[in-house]
Formats: sequence, C-alpha cells, structure tokens
Amino acid sequence: MAPIARLLLLALLSTALTISSGSGDGYTINGRVKIPQGLGTKGFALPGKTSNVKVILNGGQIVTYLRPDGYFLFQNIPAGTHLIEVTAIGYFFSPVRVDVSARNPGKVQAALTENRRGLSELVLEPLRDEQYYEIREPFSIMSVVKSPMGLMVGFMLVVVFLMPKLVENMDPEEMRRAQEEMRNQGVPSLASLLPGGGRN
Amino acid sequence: MAIMSFIFVFFFFSSLQPILSLYEDQVGLMDWHQQYIGKVKQAVFHTHKTGRKRVVASTEQNIIATLDLRRGEIFWRHVLGPNDVVDGIDIALGKYVITLSSGGSILRAWNLPDGQMVWESSLHGPKHSKPLLLTRNLIIEKDNVLIVFSNGRLNAVSCIDGEVLWKKDFEEESLEVQQVIQPPGSGFIYVVGFAASSQFEMYKINAKNGELLKHESTAFSGRFTGEVSLVSSETVVALDSTGSILLTISFHNGKISSQQTPVSNLLEDSPGLAVIIHPSVTGIFAIKTDAATIFIRVIGEGKLEVVEKTNHETVVSDALSISEGQQAFALVQHAGSSIHLTVKPAHDWDSNLLKESIKMDQQRGFVHKVFINNYIRTDRSHGFRALIVMEDHSLLLLQQGAIVWSREDGLASIIDVTTSELPVEKAGVSVAKVELNLFEWLKGHVLKLKGTLMLATPEDIAAIQHMRLKSSEKSKMTRDHNGFRKLLIALTRAGKLFALHTGDGRIVWSHLLQSPHKSESCRQPIVLNLYQWLVPHHHALDENPSVLVVGRCGPSSDALGVLSLVDSYTGKEFSSLSLVHSVAQVIPLPYTDSTEQRLHLLIDADKHAHLYPKTPEAIDSFQSEFSNVYWYSVDDDNGIIKGYALKTKCGSNVADEFCFDSRELWSIVLPSESEKIITTATRKLNEAVHTQAKLIADQDVMYKYISSNLLFVATVAPKASGEIGSVTPEESWLVVYLIDTVTGRVLHRMTHHGSQGPVQAVLSENWVVYHYFNLRAHRYEMSVIEIYDQSRADNKDVWKLVVGNHNLTSPVSSYSRAEVITKSQSYFFTHSLKAIAVTLTVKGITSKQLLIGTIGDQVLALDKRFLDPRRPVNPTQAEREEGIIPLTDSLPIIPQSYITHSLRVEGLQSIITVAAKLESTTLVFAHGLDLFFTHYAPSRTYDSLTEDFSYALLLITIVALVAAIFVTWILSQRKELQDRWR
Repeated sequence: MAPIARLLLLALLSTALTISSGSGDGYTINGRVKIPQGLGTKGFALPGKTSNVKVILNGGQIVTYLRPDGYFLFQNIPAGTHLIEVTAIGYFFSPVRVDVSARNPGKVQAALTENRRGLSELVLEPLRDEQYYEIREPFSIMSVVKSPMGLMVGFMLVVVFLMPKLVENMDPEEMRRAQEEMRNQGVPSLASLLPGGGRN
Repeated sequence: MAIMSFIFVFFFFSSLQPILSLYEDQVGLMDWHQQYIGKVKQAVFHTHKTGRKRVVASTEQNIIATLDLRRGEIFWRHVLGPNDVVDGIDIALGKYVITLSSGGSILRAWNLPDGQMVWESSLHGPKHSKPLLLTRNLIIEKDNVLIVFSNGRLNAVSCIDGEVLWKKDFEEESLEVQQVIQPPGSGFIYVVGFAASSQFEMYKINAKNGELLKHESTAFSGRFTGEVSLVSSETVVALDSTGSILLTISFHNGKISSQQTPVSNLLEDSPGLAVIIHPSVTGIFAIKTDAATIFIRVIGEGKLEVVEKTNHETVVSDALSISEGQQAFALVQHAGSSIHLTVKPAHDWDSNLLKESIKMDQQRGFVHKVFINNYIRTDRSHGFRALIVMEDHSLLLLQQGAIVWSREDGLASIIDVTTSELPVEKAGVSVAKVELNLFEWLKGHVLKLKGTLMLATPEDIAAIQHMRLKSSEKSKMTRDHNGFRKLLIALTRAGKLFALHTGDGRIVWSHLLQSPHKSESCRQPIVLNLYQWLVPHHHALDENPSVLVVGRCGPSSDALGVLSLVDSYTGKEFSSLSLVHSVAQVIPLPYTDSTEQRLHLLIDADKHAHLYPKTPEAIDSFQSEFSNVYWYSVDDDNGIIKGYALKTKCGSNVADEFCFDSRELWSIVLPSESEKIITTATRKLNEAVHTQAKLIADQDVMYKYISSNLLFVATVAPKASGEIGSVTPEESWLVVYLIDTVTGRVLHRMTHHGSQGPVQAVLSENWVVYHYFNLRAHRYEMSVIEIYDQSRADNKDVWKLVVGNHNLTSPVSSYSRAEVITKSQSYFFTHSLKAIAVTLTVKGITSKQLLIGTIGDQVLALDKRFLDPRRPVNPTQAEREEGIIPLTDSLPIIPQSYITHSLRVEGLQSIITVAAKLESTTLVFAHGLDLFFTHYAPSRTYDSLTEDFSYALLLITIVALVAAIFVTWILSQRKELQDRWR
C-alpha cells in the first residue's frame, strides 16, 4: 500500500513548461512542486499543506503560492541566472538554479544546487522530509534497569542476596577467623570492602 | 571495585540524556508563539451563509488573513512578498477571496475556507496607473466577472478561473482614471478620470465585450487634486488643486454637466486647505480641513448642503447596503475616555440606526479606520457590528455596545526590544503558600511518575500535559532564581510600548507614548530605539527599572529629537522631553550616576554630543572619562566611515554645559565606483567572554583578539547591490573589513570574487560569521573569520611566566598596536537568511551556537564548531579529542535543531538573545509578524535538572532503600538470635 501511496502525487499531469518569453518586458518561469503524499504525514502536528507552501525567487524578491495542482508561475523575470527556493514545513527542498536565457527562449536550464543534479523540467520535489521532534522511546524494562535508579536498586539486590551466598560458601575456618577479626575490629568499615583495603 | 564501576556507569548513563532537541509533548513548556497580522488596511465581512462567520482583512504588512468573527482568531493567513502590496480585496462567488496586488499587476483568488490559492492571473498594460478593483455581481453569459482597472487597462476577469474575458486599453498619456463605476442593473461601465489635470473625461463601456460606447470630455479652468468622491452612480465630487472649490460633475445619460461651489460658501470661516476624505456613501461626502470635518449632502442637480460640521476626530466607514435600496454608514467619534459609534442611513442624516458609546482604553489612541457589517436580530431589526482599527494598530470588534474581542496587532511591527528584570519576591509571604501546595506538588509528581511508568490513563496524560503547560511557576510576576522570568519590553512602529512576560507571553502592560503626538511642533513623530535607562542593582534596588525611548519629529535625520522615560514595572511615562537638537546616534555609556541612571551620549546631525541625564553628578563622572569616549559613523551612501572623539564643551553661542564638540580622528573612504557598504556588524555591548586563551590540539595556546571596538563592514560592487541574477560573477565581488573603531586601523580585509549580497553578519568574541551569495557556485555561503592576538603568543614560555617577564596582565587596548593574525574558512549553506544571531550566556563559558533565521521563517541552531576555520579533512587523534569536526563543503541542517520546531515566525525580522542567570541557558526571542520565545541551552542544561526529572521516583527509591535497610536489619537480628540459640 505504501509504495502505491508514494506514487500517488498531488496532481496527475506530468509535463511542465518551464520558461517561456511572456508578454511585457521579461520572461516567465513556470514550474510545479510535487509533494509525494506518502512522505512526512506521520508524526506531525501540522502535515505539510499545499496552501502554506511558498515559492521564493532570489531570496525574497518575489514570493508566490501554489495552485491546487502544484503549479507556480513567476512573471516578468529578466534574463539571467536565478534561484528558486521552496519552503514547506516538514520538507527539505533544495534551492534550484534556473537559467533564463535571452538568446534561446524556452530552453530549460535548471539544476538543484544541493547535489548539482540537472532537471529536465522544473518539477521540484523534496529531497527528504524533516522530523522536528525527537521520538520518545517507548517504555521498556531495560530502560528502567539502565537508569541510575535501576542500577542502584540492582546493586543493592546484589549486596543483599549474593553476599550472604558468598559468605556461606566460605571455608568454616576462614569464616571463624574473619568473624573474630570483625569482633576485634567492631563495625566493618567501607575500606575493608574495597580492593586492597582489606587486611587479608 | 563494584562501587567504582557503579559510579562510572551512573555518570555514563546520566550524561546520555538527550536534551538538545525537543520531544513533541514538550512544545509549549519553554516556548510560546503568537501570531499577528499587522495594521488592517481593508476588511470585508463574510457573514451571509450559515457557516462560520469570518472577516477577510488585508494589512499594511502585505498580509491577507481571514479571522474568526466570534473570537478574532486567525483561520489562515498569507504573507505576500515585500513588493507585493495589496491594493484591494473582495469576496467573490461567496467562496473566493480576491486580491489585487503589486500595483494592480497580480490578481489572485484564494479559497475562503482553507486559504488555498485557486488561480492567479497577471494583468499588464501600457502604463502605470492607480489600480481599481470592482466586484459587483456582474454576470456575463453565466460567468461572474471582476472588473479590474490597472496599468492603464480595463480588464474583465472571470471569477471561476481568472481568465481575462476582454480588455480595453486607455493609452492616452495624461489620462488619470479615478473611478470605475458600474451602475447596478445596467450593462455598461463608466470610466471617469482627468486628462492633463484639468480635463474631465468620461468613457462609457459595454460590460459584455469592452466596446467603447461613448466618450465625452469637458475642460475646466482649474486643476484637480486627484481624489474624487462618488456620490451616486452618475455623479462625482472633486476638489480643485487649491482646495477651495468643490466641483460637482454629473454624467447622466452620457452628458457631462458640472457645477462649481466655493468651499467658503458652505462655511463661514475660512477653512484652509480641504481634502475629500470619504469616497463612497450615496448622496453624502465629507471634506476635512485642519480644524473640522464637514459632511455635505448633494441635493438634486449639483446643489450642496452642509449637514454637519464637527470638530472632533471623526472616522467614517464605507457604505453598507442593508436592504433593497437602503444604505447605511458608520461614524466614530472620540469623546474623552470613550468613543461614540453611530450608524446612520445614507438618505436621512438626522436619524440614527444605532448610537452606542463604548469605553475605550486610552492606551489605544484614536480610531483610524472603521468597517461595518449588519445582521438581522431575532426581532427582525438591523443590528450592526463594527471592526475598528486603532492608532496603536490594534483591531477591535464592537457589537451591542461592548468590545467582543481585540487583537494587539501592533506587535506585528516591533522595531526594538529590550529586557527588564522583574521585582524581587518579598520574603515571608510565600511560606504558607508552599505548605498548601506541597500536597499538590506531590500529587503532580505522582501523576508524572505514572506517566513515565506508562500506567496513566488518557485523562491522566491530559492532566499531566495541562499541568506542565499551565505551571503557575513560570508566569509569576517576580524574579526567579534561574533568571528565566523577565519582561520583554517591545517598541512598535505605532509608538507603543508593550511589556511581555517571558513565561507565557502575556501583555503585562502597554503604553502609547504621549509625547510624540501631543505637541504641536512635532507633526510626524516616529520612534527609533529603546535603551535601558536604569537597571537597578546594589544600592538602587528600591528604584523601578526604566527604559529610554528615543524618537524624532519627522523622517529626516535632522528633525528634532524626543525622549521618553518609561517605568518598566508599571508602564508609566514619568518623564518626556522635546530636545532642541536632532538625534543621529545614541551611545549608551558604561557609566552610571548615583541613582544608577545610565549615562547616554546623543550625537546630533552637526556632530555635537549631548550628555543625558542632565545632572551635575552625571557631568562630574563623565569628566573623568572624557578622553576615553570614541565613536564612529557609517555613511552608506558615500562609503565613508569616520571615527570621532570629544573635543571641548560647546563653545560660542550656547551656554550648555552638557553639550560637547567633537573632532574627527580618522576616516576610511571607500572607492564609490567599486565598493558600496551594505552591512555592518559590531559586538554586543553586554557580551561576556570567559577565556581569552584557546588551547589547541598540540598543547599550544592561541590568544583571542578580544576588543569591543571591532567593526565588521561588508561592501559589494555597486552593480551587484541588486538582486541575484542581475550580474555575472565577473563583475561582482564582496569585500569584508575588520576595523578598529578607535584608531581606524583596518585589521583585516578580504575579497570574495564572484560573490554578492545581501550579507547577514554576526560578530562575537573574536570571530565574525557572515552569509552571502556565491555566484560562481550559485549557492549561499557562510564564512568565518577568527582573529588572534599574536603579540601574546610568546607567553607560552614557562620561564617567562616564572620570571614575570610576560604581558598577560596588560590590558587589551586599542592604543597599542596589536599584531593580529586571522584564520578564515567558507562553507556552503542551503538557505537564504533573514536574520542571524548568536547565543548569549551570562558568563560566556557555554559554547556558542549560531541562531539562523532562514527564508522559511524558521530559526535553526548551528553549533559554532561547524564554522571553525581549523576543520581539517582528516583530523588527528588530538584534534578529534579537541572536538574538531572533519571538513565538509557544506553546513549540515539537522531538522531537530530548529528551535522553532514545526512553527514559523512569519515575516522574521530579528532574533534577540538574552542571557538567563543560569549559565547554560539563553533566552531567545524572534520577532517579525509573529513572536516566538524559547529557552535554549547550547550545551544542554548541564547545571540544572531538566523539567522532566522525576522527583517522585527519587523519593520512592529513597523510601524503598530505607525500608530495605530496616527489613534486612530485622532479618539479620533474627538470624543472629537463631545462631545464638543453636
């Protein structure tokens, strides 16, 4: 199902005119933005809505919005090399370098600046979707065990239940000696538990 | 051994907690976001259908928005480009919002419920002209049609798809079209205007196909001012250029007849220059003079009659047709602390459909605009609601004599921001409160514990989320231990000050500055900047902090200045003065007088320096520092940077002991044919630098060149100062300078060939980072320059340190000519930038991160380590330990490090960072049309427990441990007893 959804694009038209010499004093850049629907809709408070997608020419010179079929249009553009950026919450778009040539109007010259990939037609797709939040790890018993508290409890359990076992396995003579020593010493100190701190 | 390893493991795991980025359920804990639309220019109501009632508004910030008429919330909003000014809006077909923008060149339709653009069509024409949009229910062959006059061409555009059905050019050179009129129910359109300013032209056009039916013109002796007022579908009223003669022109049945009435005939006293203020109520128009507003009715053939003359500030709405053939309009007048809203039918001046008096906050100023809408009450009578725009740009809906909602849209145009501390909590008050809250506190933590252990029910989860978001702790009106709670004082373009609480973003107080608009001498006051005037600490703790607002009486830089002092706790303006000199520059000095008032030096247009506050004590403390005051000025247009120092007291004619003459110390003149200044940047005055030395990999030390007088200047080739795409890489270059502003010495100069602006730069410690466009690669780049002091480099010798033969204790001074070296590197960056800032912490120990405002109106945090000039391709082991990242050609964009997460700060203008008292944390405030505030810890919150630290789990563990101790103790005693009996 997922691959099919991925193929379902916002619009079904597959050809896109790119540059044509328009009326007036400039040229027209015509392209479209395609957001595959399978991408990015999970885990978002605001899934990328096409009504909020902006297409920006030359860092803010002209701002335009998408039509329902994903097409956009810049008019009265002088010849030269331009930069088109697409901003959409939840998606990462590469800026696109578009060459508008005065000599042969209608020629398509567009390339993604991020990976220098040429585009045969001006169809802009997100390179990847952007996840703005960390995913919370689901609760697991290991995370409790690994947490400082869990380690403390674990250590206590080891001391309470395993130490007497160790004591039991000791040689009775050695045990008696140790007990005597303890009696002489009083309360056992922490130092005697540490390696090298013990007398024996 | 076990304990050792246990301690190690403990620290290892406790340091693994990722706090840098946000979990989705943490949204709103530390941050808040507010959305605004700006000052409303035009509003259209949509209340016909049974669905949700909306109002569509266009604003001066080029925004189209639809608001909920019940609560004033934004349904959707679109920000058009900076040059795409909205000329007109309307609703067509009951489902589309039509906008005409860019001087009538672009016509767009937006879907009313969700804001999706439906169609866009561009309208070009032979010449530039005033754009006019007309949407009557004009139907041509079952197609609803919009009539648009723009760029000298009349277009009929289909509402369905934006297709131009027909067009008609008006190419006559001098023709200025003033009105396009479509008499209701007729199949033709009148286009009226003036040719050569003295000839009245009328064109009658067939609405079906654009065919010209009739063209008439009449010449007049006088000249026209331009504005005409339409008083009926076939009569217009115009004023001549002297403002003293009213012309009533009717073109009934295509015949032009006119009548001239001197304004003085209508008014006894000489009114002075009059302007027509209201253009569209049938039969009535208004003229406004200096002293009064006069309403005039047109009776019959060009006869005029004054119906009312008022001296009050009056605002009139457009006409609203309430029933068949009946129109109404609203008048709003000020009277003391309330406003009077009157709705009158157009045909009968003396009767009122509605008369209400509404109490209005004085801090909102005068009413600037009013829009009315009607509804049918249950008793079938007409009810009216009015949307009013106030002087402070706020938007209010009035209905049934009360304010239904209000929006503080002045906050969409903040021009300067500063912060103020909150009052200290009084001791001895809070004890009982804490005891009362202890149970609540514990309950909260038990709930949280349930949440972490996945035992919570959905209601519990909702309760937890609510508790976290609505924590009363963060919105208290007192100072907190961590310095998170502050007041953000924002100055808006309307001349209003707002104090926002950093905890939840609410407005604590607001104050419309009185001094600029009360005085007669100051006609066009504008506010410029905000400075901290009094920051209490030590012995002046009892004083309230205050801020200084600097303004001037007009747009030109030599207009006289105005100062206001406002209390930061109460918002009261306790002092305001009109200056006798202009204000070109304000320099806050690092000195205070005994009442902790900070000294400020105001530089006027003639380069005289004026000291404030004007107290003898201030001048005493200033005298001793007299020779240490330097400043600089940057003249962008001529490419000159100049440095100044103080010379003497102002001599000759003025006996003002607070005025000083200046002398020019140095100047840098950039060649105007090859370089044009586009950006300058300096260090923040309050930035703290913790360490001057930087330890590098091979146990070597480099000394940062830290000077507060460093100025970064970026220049481009004059040809390349335009937009991207206008120049070839060969003819554009970017030159950057680092200049010492005391001596005028250029410390570093670097040229980037084939690059151009716009440049965004930030300077901090000993480095500057700037963003520009590389035309050769056709990508944006960010470069870093780090500057090091070489003259201290030989202090590395241990023997010198032992003998005392070192210069480490000598202060960094601009007087000494330090030998500096610079290191720089460039990296590609994907996006365009709107703003750039750097995190600021109280002691400067925490590592720095850059806060980058991208073109998508998001704020990205980027570790400064990525912009390190010393990133090698293959770092050695030692360099890896130092934390150097291997070289890459571009800077990474990690989505989780967007501090605005999934929000946008529309129209982002600036990012402001403020240090909290907690060293790890910076407070970040980003503003544009929207406001966004958050806490940000560049190196995680290493000095405090995180918000989601579970105290309850800690308590339970301790209790369990104590219980275990007792149990084992009892068990061991019992065992011992048994052993003894054995």
